[in-house]
Amino acid sequence: MTAKVFSPGHSTDYWALGILLSGIGTIGTALNIVTTTICMRCRGMTLNRMPLLVWLYFVTCCMVFLAIGPLTAAQIMLLIDRYLGAHFFDTQAGGSAVLWMHFFWIFGHPEVYILVLPAFGFANEIIPVFSRKAIFGYPAMVAATVAIGFISLSVWAHHMFTVGLGAGANAFFTLATMIIAVPTGIKIFNWIATLWGGKIRFTVAMMFCAAFLFQFLVAGLTGIMLSSSPFDWQLSGSYFVVAHFHYVLVGAILFTIFAAFYYWFPKMSGRMLNERLGKWHFWLFLIGFHLTFDFMHIPGVLGMPRRIYTYQFDRGWAIWNLIVSSGVVFQVLAIACFVFNLVQSYFRGTIAGPDPWDAWTLEWSTASPPPSYNFAAIPEVKSRRPLWDAKHPDDPDSNYEP
Amino acid sequence: MSATSITLHEQSWTLPSRGSVGILCLIAAESAVFIIFVVAYLFYLGKSVSGPTPREVLEIPIAGTVCLLSSSLTVYLAVAALRRNQVRVCSWWLASTVLLGGMFLAGTAREWHQLIYRDGLTIRTNLFGTTFYSLVGLHATHVVAGLVMLSLTLVFALCGRVSQTHSERLDILSIYWHFVDGVWVVVFTVVYVLGR
Repeated sequence: MTAKVFSPGHSTDYWALGILLSGIGTIGTALNIVTTTICMRCRGMTLNRMPLLVWLYFVTCCMVFLAIGPLTAAQIMLLIDRYLGAHFFDTQAGGSAVLWMHFFWIFGHPEVYILVLPAFGFANEIIPVFSRKAIFGYPAMVAATVAIGFISLSVWAHHMFTVGLGAGANAFFTLATMIIAVPTGIKIFNWIATLWGGKIRFTVAMMFCAAFLFQFLVAGLTGIMLSSSPFDWQLSGSYFVVAHFHYVLVGAILFTIFAAFYYWFPKMSGRMLNERLGKWHFWLFLIGFHLTFDFMHIPGVLGMPRRIYTYQFDRGWAIWNLIVSSGVVFQVLAIACFVFNLVQSYFRGTIAGPDPWDAWTLEWSTASPPPSYNFAAIPEVKSRRPLWDAKHPDDPDSNYEP
Repeated sequence: MSATSITLHEQSWTLPSRGSVGILCLIAAESAVFIIFVVAYLFYLGKSVSGPTPREVLEIPIAGTVCLLSSSLTVYLAVAALRRNQVRVCSWWLASTVLLGGMFLAGTAREWHQLIYRDGLTIRTNLFGTTFYSLVGLHATHVVAGLVMLSLTLVFALCGRVSQTHSERLDILSIYWHFVDGVWVVVFTVVYVLGR
């Protein structure tokens, strides 16, 4: 379909060039982060003491190298096809459109984990601080992250069960997809264990993280349902799939991004976000999210396909779509609260000071916003919570860590 | 207790060089690109609906391969010479690297000229042409990029602007050049040995 005959004009070319260029930019960024992580740690910051956020960014960026390359290669092939008349994806000359699907999804599925791992990173920083406990199972968290990184490279064809891959490939990709639930489950258990027995402070950042925990669990469960290829044959391309991945994108990723805003905005701007408006934002968005995406599963199960703009009235999907659309009102109001909060707090918010949350990682030991040189003297680290050590010299973490 | 903490404090804190980690990251990303092109080549092997086939037209480029692989050795010797601050020796080895790389490219150019004008194989002819020219061409592009950087270094060395302090940078460039050679081993095996 991407041949000149079927897609005339330049829109496809601009798209391919855009993807190619942003791919190069992404690889450059990832290269920067990996090199910084490996080569520019402060004294005492061993890999075993790095904040989990940095660990997750590190694994994410390593995945970028392996995932963006195939997309770049596929875009080069597409451009060669369109401009030089080659036949990579030209079925009339024996080329294969399924090969394009493989190349795209070899990028496409790791990409989903590239999106979600930073979200896990935010949760890893925010949940311990507002539970007033160190993260539970730090080594298990790191191991689970690395495991997700590896396994996610071998699950791409679960997007292609309906192509007809054959029994062997279907079984392999079903199993690989199900196995990825194990490290993900380890993470969820560790977050719950961090909460367990903690003195939980329900700030807005923590509320978004709590919602993230439940919503990500549901998103994972529908993911396991879809990983089973016979189930996927039934529901592939339906609204059930749309609901599943929006549960991940919005329920998990967007919620933790909001949490990260409320947590790090004071560090970025020097001023606190308004907690009262933040609670309005949270509750309105929570209601809107669940109205839209909980009820979106149902028309999917009833057989409503994605990418349609209308359907016959007697299909029985109308009431569900009405509920789904009504959630939008709440979401828009919530985002309006958020944007207003951002603008107002930036100019009039209460002054945050260097460490408004009584947190434990190094960024809170410098001024808010940090000066361009970050630290006047580069600190030395002796444990996973260097700022705790500085605040409690009588009982530093380094006494308890290997 | 205090004794151990003092020794810990005095322990030197050295981390890997940024340049070599960076180039290894780039190589990881480039490898992924090459793997996809190799997979496409293997997947379309024997699936062309019309001729010519690899067996009919491809000749094994032994001379070019020898040139390219030995250029890995010469660039290694150039780095080793610069580490010992022998700039003149280093320029000699750099010049031979550029020459050997150039000879490889000349070999490829001759091969392509023959394929196009003698055998009538272009990138449009069939799937073999499509995958062959793009895989070998992608590698050749990397050779050209490496040659540009090596030639620049050679020019700087001849102008007397290169000294021992630059040996780490030249080392990073040489890692890239070794990678380009390593890719050729794969391309050679796939295209000229397995695919023929």
